[in-house]
Amino acid sequence: MSHSQSIADRVIQGDRLALARLITHIENHIEDTRQVLDMLYPRSGEAHIIGVTGPSGTGKSTLVNVLTIELLKSKSSEDSRIGIIAVDPTSPFTGGALLGDRVRMQRHSQDSRVFIRSMASRGAAGGIARAAHDVVIAMDAAGYNPIIIETVGAGQSEVAIASLAHTTMVIEAPGLGDDVQAAKAGLLEIADILVVNKSDKPAAETTTASLRRMLKFTEEIQEQESGVQCKVPLINTSAINHAGVDQLVEAITAHQAYLRSSDMRKKSNLQRLRNQLDTMLRDALFAQWQSGFDQKAYDAIILQVMRREVSPYQAVEMLLRQAH
Amino acid sequence: MSKKLRVLIAKPGLDGHDRGAKVIARALRDAGMEVIYTGLRQTPEMIASAALQEDVDAVGLSILSGAHMTLVPRVIDLLTNNGQENVQVFVGGIIPEDDIKPLKKLGVRAVFGPGTPTHDVVDLLWKTID
Repeated sequence: MSHSQSIADRVIQGDRLALARLITHIENHIEDTRQVLDMLYPRSGEAHIIGVTGPSGTGKSTLVNVLTIELLKSKSSEDSRIGIIAVDPTSPFTGGALLGDRVRMQRHSQDSRVFIRSMASRGAAGGIARAAHDVVIAMDAAGYNPIIIETVGAGQSEVAIASLAHTTMVIEAPGLGDDVQAAKAGLLEIADILVVNKSDKPAAETTTASLRRMLKFTEEIQEQESGVQCKVPLINTSAINHAGVDQLVEAITAHQAYLRSSDMRKKSNLQRLRNQLDTMLRDALFAQWQSGFDQKAYDAIILQVMRREVSPYQAVEMLLRQAH
Repeated sequence: MSKKLRVLIAKPGLDGHDRGAKVIARALRDAGMEVIYTGLRQTPEMIASAALQEDVDAVGLSILSGAHMTLVPRVIDLLTNNGQENVQVFVGGIIPEDDIKPLKKLGVRAVFGPGTPTHDVVDLLWKTID
């Protein structure tokens, strides 16, 4: 039996150390990892992937913690297992990262039904690490379902999670903005479920009201345009008090059922795969092009651009021509 | 992409002072490492379990309570039982001189007392892990 096969087997059989090491190898692009992933891929595809995103400090980690408690409670079977991928940002200056999401998830650290992995974003701009796609495949094949992905604290346009998760939850907190913020494009648009956490705070009502107006407006536009109404539930939670979490689980279950009943899950899977393949193809083509190209010629062309002799567009054309 | 050092910084036991642990976490971050910080009041079991899921290269334990001779061996035993005998363990905090040798005998790579320059910790990790 090959080395890759034995790693794949151990991961599938639930060996936690094998899974942990595989994730490290995925992150570090270690050779042979691809073969392991090729073997695991046919065993994946079962897990429901839940994305948790929102500005930093809105309580995403705390919410993931209580959500996990609630999900474990609602699961009947003994061998139900939950995977958590918690992403925090990598420093653009030093390449280091402080991964602190586990602080809020301490109570699960010893639970063999829960596997928590902290990941640094390592330069990816969309709010999740580039390796997260492959880590999901590994956890999925190891039998974790659902898999919860917590993004870095998201600003307005870190929307990559929507192309990875089946159900995307956007977590807001009171006092972060007015109606204009609520109407802006980006983060709020990707929500399948919208959550106002810290709802015990005094400003929660105002925030909830302005988000509700935004949702209503979106629904009206959608109905006018396409005749279909897609209702995004708005849920108030207070994660530290464990309040509203049961409603949140209900909303997730309902969204999962909706995806299953319509052909939405298939559609969203197709879209996910297309995005993923596009990215991989782009990387592969670039690598291929780069391997057949002379670095000196590249440097010479950059200098020409710098001297304003050719425009960057012309430079790209020249580079593409020369590679053939 | 090259290998990144992953280090778990943990506070086992009951003392509630994590200033030192946070300073070290920050220093290692600034040295380009990925630092997983798990917060206060961890049992050795919680620490070993986190170290496994995170597949870390090193575990730093910050202890000010005086319980190091109980907590540290337990963490090392659990790491070994989990197949992580290669993980480097280092200890910081208030550790009496007399305990340093016994701790090192148990497999602790280094003990750092108050006033240690942070780059000493960084250097040790770069040196011992590869």
